[in-house]
Amino acid sequence: MTDAESTPPPDASHARAWQILVACWLLATGASLGSLFFSEVMELPPCSLCWYQRIFMFPLAIVLLVGALTVDRHCIRYALPLAIGGWAFAAYHVLLMVGIIPESAAPCQQGVSCTEVQLELFGFASIPVLSLLAFTAIAAGLLLIKLRYSR
Amino acid sequence: MNKQKTVITLAIVLGVVFAIGIVVYRSITDAEVAKLIEEQPSVLVRASAKTRGAVDAKVHIVEFMDPGCETCRAFHPFVEQLLADNPGKIRLSIRYLPLHEGADVMVKILEAADKQGKYWETLHLMFESQPQWASHHHPQPEKIWPLLPQIGLDVDAIRRDMNAPEIDAILAEDLAAARALNIRKTPSFFVNGEPLRNFGYEPLRALVHGALAASY
Repeated sequence: MTDAESTPPPDASHARAWQILVACWLLATGASLGSLFFSEVMELPPCSLCWYQRIFMFPLAIVLLVGALTVDRHCIRYALPLAIGGWAFAAYHVLLMVGIIPESAAPCQQGVSCTEVQLELFGFASIPVLSLLAFTAIAAGLLLIKLRYSR
Repeated sequence: MNKQKTVITLAIVLGVVFAIGIVVYRSITDAEVAKLIEEQPSVLVRASAKTRGAVDAKVHIVEFMDPGCETCRAFHPFVEQLLADNPGKIRLSIRYLPLHEGADVMVKILEAADKQGKYWETLHLMFESQPQWASHHHPQPEKIWPLLPQIGLDVDAIRRDMNAPEIDAILAEDLAAARALNIRKTPSFFVNGEPLRNFGYEPLRALVHGALAASY
Protein backbone atom coordinates (compact mmCIF):
# COMPACT_ATOMS: atom_id res chain seq x y z
CA MET A 1 0.00 0.00 0.00
CA THR A 2 2.74 2.43 0.90
CA ASP A 3 4.36 1.46 -2.37
CA ALA A 4 1.32 2.52 -4.35
CA GLU A 5 1.31 5.84 -2.57
CA SER A 6 4.93 6.78 -3.11
CA THR A 7 5.29 5.67 -6.74
CA PRO A 8 2.67 6.89 -9.19
CA PRO A 9 0.96 4.32 -11.41
CA PRO A 10 3.03 3.39 -14.51
CA ASP A 11 0.83 5.22 -17.04
CA ALA A 12 0.89 8.49 -15.18
CA SER A 13 4.62 8.33 -14.61
CA HIS A 14 5.15 7.71 -18.27
CA ALA A 15 3.07 10.74 -19.22
CA ARG A 16 4.84 12.93 -16.66
CA ALA A 17 8.26 11.83 -17.91
CA TRP A 18 7.23 12.70 -21.45
CA GLN A 19 6.01 16.11 -20.36
CA ILE A 20 9.33 16.85 -18.71
CA LEU A 21 11.07 15.68 -21.86
CA VAL A 22 8.95 18.06 -23.96
CA ALA A 23 9.71 20.89 -21.54
CA CYS A 24 13.44 20.19 -21.91
CA TRP A 25 13.08 20.13 -25.68
CA LEU A 26 11.21 23.45 -25.63
CA LEU A 27 13.99 24.99 -23.53
CA ALA A 28 16.71 23.67 -25.84
CA THR A 29 14.87 24.86 -28.95
CA GLY A 30 14.07 28.22 -27.40
CA ALA A 31 17.71 28.67 -26.38
CA SER A 32 18.96 27.66 -29.84
CA LEU A 33 16.57 30.01 -31.62
CA GLY A 34 17.39 32.73 -29.11
CA SER A 35 21.10 32.43 -29.73
CA LEU A 36 20.49 32.49 -33.49
CA PHE A 37 18.38 35.60 -32.99
CA PHE A 38 21.25 37.30 -31.13
CA SER A 39 23.81 36.45 -33.80
CA GLU A 40 21.82 36.52 -37.06
CA VAL A 41 19.14 39.12 -36.41
CA MET A 42 20.70 41.42 -33.83
CA GLU A 43 24.12 40.67 -35.34
CA LEU A 44 25.92 40.39 -32.03
CA PRO A 45 29.06 38.42 -32.85
CA PRO A 46 29.29 35.20 -30.78
CA CYS A 47 32.56 34.82 -28.84
CA SER A 48 34.42 31.52 -28.82
CA LEU A 49 32.92 30.31 -25.54
CA CYS A 50 29.45 31.05 -26.89
CA TRP A 51 30.29 28.81 -29.83
CA TYR A 52 31.19 25.92 -27.53
CA GLN A 53 27.86 26.29 -25.77
CA ARG A 54 26.06 26.33 -29.11
CA ILE A 55 27.85 23.12 -30.07
CA PHE A 56 26.07 21.46 -27.13
CA MET A 57 22.73 23.29 -27.33
CA PHE A 58 21.88 22.88 -31.04
CA PRO A 59 22.05 19.03 -31.05
CA LEU A 60 20.02 18.95 -27.81
CA ALA A 61 17.15 20.61 -29.67
CA ILE A 62 17.25 17.84 -32.31
CA VAL A 63 17.90 14.83 -30.03
CA LEU A 64 15.14 15.86 -27.64
CA LEU A 65 12.76 16.55 -30.54
CA VAL A 66 13.23 13.00 -31.81
CA GLY A 67 12.92 11.65 -28.27
CA ALA A 68 9.67 13.56 -27.68
CA LEU A 69 8.20 12.58 -31.06
CA THR A 70 9.00 8.88 -30.70
CA VAL A 71 8.22 8.90 -26.95
CA ASP A 72 11.63 7.33 -26.36
CA ARG A 73 13.13 7.98 -22.98
CA HIS A 74 16.39 6.38 -24.08
CA CYS A 75 17.16 9.68 -25.81
CA ILE A 76 18.26 10.86 -22.35
CA ARG A 77 21.32 8.67 -22.76
CA TYR A 78 22.42 10.89 -25.63
CA ALA A 79 20.99 14.17 -24.40
CA LEU A 80 22.32 14.18 -20.85
CA PRO A 81 26.04 14.26 -21.81
CA LEU A 82 25.29 17.19 -24.11
CA ALA A 83 23.42 19.02 -21.36
CA ILE A 84 26.21 18.46 -18.84
CA GLY A 85 28.95 19.42 -21.30
CA GLY A 86 27.14 22.62 -22.23
CA TRP A 87 26.47 23.34 -18.58
CA ALA A 88 30.20 23.12 -17.81
CA PHE A 89 31.06 25.65 -20.53
CA ALA A 90 28.25 27.98 -19.46
CA ALA A 91 29.36 27.79 -15.81
CA TYR A 92 32.95 28.55 -16.80
CA HIS A 93 31.77 31.46 -18.93
CA VAL A 94 29.68 32.97 -16.13
CA LEU A 95 32.56 32.66 -13.65
CA LEU A 96 34.76 34.40 -16.20
CA MET A 97 32.29 37.26 -16.64
CA VAL A 98 31.71 37.71 -12.95
CA GLY A 99 35.48 37.86 -12.55
CA ILE A 100 35.99 34.84 -10.31
CA ILE A 101 38.24 33.37 -12.98
CA PRO A 102 40.78 36.03 -14.01
CA GLU A 103 40.55 37.26 -17.58
CA SER A 104 44.12 36.17 -18.31
CA ALA A 105 42.79 32.62 -18.10
CA ALA A 106 40.25 33.35 -20.82
CA PRO A 107 40.71 31.36 -24.02
CA CYS A 108 39.66 34.23 -26.30
CA GLN A 109 42.20 35.95 -28.46
CA GLN A 110 41.08 37.77 -31.54
CA GLY A 111 37.63 38.99 -32.35
CA VAL A 112 35.09 39.21 -29.61
CA SER A 113 36.00 39.29 -25.95
CA CYS A 114 34.26 36.62 -23.89
CA THR A 115 33.97 38.96 -20.93
CA GLU A 116 32.44 41.93 -22.69
CA VAL A 117 28.77 42.16 -21.75
CA GLN A 118 26.84 42.65 -25.00
CA LEU A 119 23.33 42.38 -23.71
CA GLU A 120 21.62 42.35 -20.35
CA LEU A 121 17.98 41.46 -19.76
CA PHE A 122 16.16 42.41 -16.56
CA GLY A 123 19.41 43.79 -15.17
CA PHE A 124 21.12 40.48 -14.50
CA ALA A 125 20.58 38.03 -17.34
CA SER A 126 23.52 38.40 -19.71
CA ILE A 127 23.67 35.87 -22.53
CA PRO A 128 25.97 33.44 -20.62
CA VAL A 129 23.66 33.61 -17.59
CA LEU A 130 20.69 32.73 -19.82
CA SER A 131 22.71 29.85 -21.23
CA LEU A 132 23.63 28.58 -17.77
CA LEU A 133 19.99 28.76 -16.66
CA ALA A 134 18.85 26.83 -19.73
CA PHE A 135 21.50 24.12 -19.42
CA THR A 136 20.79 23.79 -15.68
CA ALA A 137 17.06 23.35 -16.24
CA ILE A 138 17.55 20.89 -19.10
CA ALA A 139 20.10 18.80 -17.19
CA ALA A 140 17.89 18.82 -14.08
CA GLY A 141 14.84 17.74 -16.08
CA LEU A 142 16.69 14.94 -17.82
CA LEU A 143 18.23 13.74 -14.55
CA LEU A 144 14.79 13.77 -12.94
CA ILE A 145 13.38 11.53 -15.67
CA LYS A 146 16.40 9.24 -15.47
CA LEU A 147 16.36 8.82 -11.67
CA ARG A 148 12.67 9.00 -10.97
CA TYR A 149 10.92 7.41 -13.92
CA SER A 150 13.36 4.75 -15.06
CA ARG A 151 13.31 1.44 -13.39
CA MET B 1 -0.81 10.03 -32.22
CA ASN B 2 -1.73 12.75 -29.80
CA LYS B 3 1.79 13.25 -28.46
CA GLN B 4 3.29 13.73 -31.89
CA LYS B 5 0.63 16.29 -32.73
CA THR B 6 1.44 18.18 -29.53
CA VAL B 7 5.16 18.26 -30.34
CA ILE B 8 4.62 19.32 -33.95
CA THR B 9 2.20 22.05 -32.88
CA LEU B 10 4.72 23.35 -30.35
CA ALA B 11 7.45 23.33 -33.01
CA ILE B 12 5.26 25.35 -35.37
CA VAL B 13 4.42 27.81 -32.58
CA LEU B 14 8.14 28.28 -31.83
CA GLY B 15 8.88 28.85 -35.49
CA VAL B 16 6.12 31.41 -35.84
CA VAL B 17 7.22 33.24 -32.67
CA PHE B 18 10.78 33.33 -34.02
CA ALA B 19 9.64 34.72 -37.39
CA ILE B 20 7.47 37.37 -35.72
CA GLY B 21 10.40 38.30 -33.50
CA ILE B 22 12.60 38.88 -36.56
CA VAL B 23 10.01 41.07 -38.26
CA VAL B 24 9.32 43.11 -35.12
CA TYR B 25 13.01 43.59 -34.28
CA ARG B 26 13.90 44.62 -37.87
CA SER B 27 11.04 47.11 -38.08
CA ILE B 28 12.04 48.67 -34.75
CA THR B 29 15.73 49.06 -35.70
CA ASP B 30 14.84 50.23 -39.22
CA ALA B 31 12.58 52.90 -37.77
CA GLU B 32 15.32 54.03 -35.38
CA VAL B 33 17.85 54.36 -38.19
CA ALA B 34 15.36 56.17 -40.44
CA LYS B 35 14.57 58.61 -37.64
CA LEU B 36 18.26 59.25 -36.99
CA ILE B 37 18.96 59.93 -40.68
CA GLU B 38 15.98 62.29 -40.88
CA GLU B 39 16.93 64.23 -37.78
CA GLN B 40 20.70 64.25 -38.33
CA PRO B 41 21.50 63.82 -42.03
CA SER B 42 25.18 64.46 -41.26
CA VAL B 43 25.42 61.06 -39.58
CA LEU B 44 24.89 59.45 -42.97
CA VAL B 45 26.47 62.09 -45.23
CA ARG B 46 29.86 63.33 -44.05
CA ALA B 47 30.56 66.65 -45.79
CA SER B 48 34.21 65.73 -46.42
CA ALA B 49 33.43 62.29 -47.88
CA LYS B 50 34.92 61.72 -51.31
CA THR B 51 32.24 61.91 -53.93
CA ARG B 52 31.99 60.77 -57.53
CA GLY B 53 29.37 61.80 -60.08
CA ALA B 54 27.48 65.03 -60.66
CA VAL B 55 27.18 67.32 -57.64
CA ASP B 56 23.53 68.09 -58.46
CA ALA B 57 22.57 64.44 -59.04
CA LYS B 58 19.28 63.65 -57.33
CA VAL B 59 20.19 60.07 -56.45
CA HIS B 60 22.86 59.81 -53.79
CA ILE B 61 24.46 56.46 -52.95
CA VAL B 62 26.42 56.34 -49.70
CA GLU B 63 28.66 53.29 -49.45
CA PHE B 64 30.34 52.19 -46.25
CA MET B 65 33.29 50.15 -47.44
CA ASP B 66 36.56 48.52 -46.51
CA PRO B 67 39.43 48.41 -49.04
CA GLY B 68 40.31 44.94 -47.72
CA CYS B 69 36.83 43.49 -48.13
CA GLU B 70 36.34 41.07 -51.03
CA THR B 71 32.67 41.86 -51.48
CA CYS B 72 33.44 45.59 -51.66
CA ARG B 73 35.93 44.70 -54.39
CA ALA B 74 33.29 42.69 -56.21
CA PHE B 75 30.73 45.52 -55.94
CA HIS B 76 33.13 48.23 -57.10
CA PRO B 77 32.70 47.69 -60.88
CA PHE B 78 28.97 47.13 -60.43
CA VAL B 79 28.50 50.51 -58.75
CA GLU B 80 30.77 52.17 -61.32
CA GLN B 81 28.55 50.72 -64.05
CA LEU B 82 25.41 52.08 -62.37
CA LEU B 83 27.01 55.53 -62.40
CA ALA B 84 28.16 55.18 -66.01
CA ASP B 85 24.71 54.03 -67.15
CA ASN B 86 23.01 57.06 -65.60
CA PRO B 87 25.31 59.99 -66.27
CA GLY B 88 24.59 63.09 -64.21
CA LYS B 89 21.88 61.40 -62.19
CA ILE B 90 23.78 59.45 -59.52
CA ARG B 91 26.32 60.59 -56.98
CA LEU B 92 28.43 58.14 -54.94
CA SER B 93 29.98 58.97 -51.56
CA ILE B 94 32.54 56.71 -49.94
CA ARG B 95 32.67 56.18 -46.18
CA TYR B 96 34.95 53.85 -44.29
CA LEU B 97 34.35 50.83 -42.13
CA PRO B 98 37.78 49.16 -42.21
CA LEU B 99 37.10 45.83 -40.51
CA HIS B 100 39.95 43.88 -42.10
CA GLU B 101 43.40 43.84 -40.60
CA GLY B 102 45.56 46.49 -42.28
CA ALA B 103 42.56 48.13 -43.97
CA ASP B 104 42.88 51.27 -41.83
CA VAL B 105 46.35 51.75 -43.34
CA MET B 106 44.75 51.57 -46.79
CA VAL B 107 42.20 54.22 -45.82
CA LYS B 108 45.02 56.51 -44.70
CA ILE B 109 46.91 55.98 -47.95
CA LEU B 110 43.71 56.60 -49.88
CA GLU B 111 42.98 59.88 -48.11
CA ALA B 112 46.62 60.97 -48.57
CA ALA B 113 46.38 60.12 -52.28
CA ASP B 114 43.45 62.51 -52.54
CA LYS B 115 45.88 65.37 -51.87
CA GLN B 116 47.55 64.38 -55.13
CA GLY B 117 44.20 64.23 -56.89
CA LYS B 118 44.35 60.47 -57.33
CA TYR B 119 41.72 59.19 -54.92
CA TRP B 120 39.69 57.06 -57.33
CA GLU B 121 42.75 55.69 -59.14
CA THR B 122 44.19 54.64 -55.80
CA LEU B 123 40.94 53.00 -54.71
CA HIS B 124 40.83 51.14 -58.00
CA LEU B 125 44.44 49.99 -57.56
CA MET B 126 43.73 48.79 -54.03
CA PHE B 127 40.81 46.67 -55.18
CA GLU B 128 42.78 45.36 -58.16
CA SER B 129 45.72 44.30 -56.00
CA GLN B 130 43.63 43.26 -52.99
CA PRO B 131 44.43 39.52 -53.28
CA GLN B 132 48.12 40.35 -52.88
CA TRP B 133 47.92 42.37 -49.68
CA ALA B 134 44.67 41.40 -47.97
CA SER B 135 44.93 37.62 -47.49
CA HIS B 136 42.92 36.68 -44.43
CA HIS B 137 45.56 34.35 -43.12
CA HIS B 138 48.43 36.67 -43.81
CA PRO B 139 47.50 40.30 -44.45
CA GLN B 140 50.47 42.32 -45.72
CA PRO B 141 49.38 45.92 -46.21
CA GLU B 142 53.02 46.88 -46.89
CA LYS B 143 52.73 45.11 -50.26
CA ILE B 144 50.71 48.05 -51.60
CA TRP B 145 53.72 50.40 -51.47
CA PRO B 146 55.64 49.16 -54.54
CA LEU B 147 52.42 49.42 -56.57
CA LEU B 148 51.66 53.08 -55.79
CA PRO B 149 54.14 54.65 -58.27
CA GLN B 150 52.34 52.76 -61.09
CA ILE B 151 49.57 55.35 -60.99
CA GLY B 152 51.97 58.25 -60.61
CA LEU B 153 51.73 58.77 -56.86
CA ASP B 154 54.49 60.49 -54.93
CA VAL B 155 55.11 57.79 -52.32
CA ASP B 156 57.16 60.02 -50.02
CA ALA B 157 54.32 62.53 -49.88
CA ILE B 158 51.87 59.74 -49.11
CA ARG B 159 54.03 58.56 -46.21
CA ARG B 160 54.12 62.12 -44.90
CA ASP B 161 50.43 62.91 -45.38
CA MET B 162 48.82 59.66 -44.30
CA ASN B 163 49.37 60.25 -40.59
CA ALA B 164 47.61 63.60 -40.52
CA PRO B 165 45.26 63.95 -37.55
CA GLU B 166 42.44 64.92 -39.95
CA ILE B 167 42.52 61.41 -41.40
CA ASP B 168 42.30 59.85 -37.94
CA ALA B 169 39.33 62.11 -37.26
CA ILE B 170 37.64 60.95 -40.48
CA LEU B 171 38.15 57.30 -39.50
CA ALA B 172 36.78 57.91 -36.02
CA GLU B 173 33.78 59.79 -37.39
CA ASP B 174 32.95 57.03 -39.87
CA LEU B 175 33.28 54.30 -37.24
CA ALA B 176 30.96 56.20 -34.92
CA ALA B 177 28.48 56.78 -37.76
CA ALA B 178 28.50 53.08 -38.66
CA ARG B 179 27.71 52.20 -35.05
CA ALA B 180 24.90 54.75 -34.89
CA LEU B 181 23.44 53.50 -38.18
CA ASN B 182 23.62 49.88 -36.98
CA ILE B 183 26.06 48.87 -39.74
CA ARG B 184 28.29 45.89 -39.01
CA LYS B 185 29.06 44.61 -42.49
CA THR B 186 30.71 45.94 -45.63
CA PRO B 187 29.75 47.04 -48.13
CA SER B 188 26.62 48.74 -46.76
CA PHE B 189 24.68 50.94 -49.11
CA PHE B 190 22.20 53.74 -48.58
CA VAL B 191 20.35 55.26 -51.53
CA ASN B 192 18.83 58.66 -50.74
CA GLY B 193 18.88 57.69 -47.07
CA GLU B 194 17.20 54.35 -47.64
CA PRO B 195 19.30 51.34 -46.52
CA LEU B 196 19.80 48.35 -48.80
CA ARG B 197 18.02 45.70 -46.73
CA ASN B 198 18.35 42.56 -48.82
CA PHE B 199 21.97 42.41 -49.83
CA GLY B 200 22.89 41.67 -53.44
CA TYR B 201 23.52 43.15 -56.89
CA GLU B 202 19.93 43.01 -58.03
CA PRO B 203 18.42 44.48 -54.84
CA LEU B 204 20.93 47.35 -55.10
CA ARG B 205 20.07 47.92 -58.75
CA ALA B 206 16.35 47.87 -57.86
CA LEU B 207 16.86 50.35 -55.01
CA VAL B 208 18.82 52.72 -57.29
CA HIS B 209 16.33 52.39 -60.14
CA GLY B 210 13.47 53.07 -57.71
CA ALA B 211 15.21 56.25 -56.55
CA LEU B 212 15.89 57.26 -60.18
CA ALA B 213 12.25 56.72 -61.10
CA ALA B 214 11.13 58.80 -58.11
CA SER B 215 13.56 61.65 -58.84
CA TYR B 216 13.58 61.97 -62.63
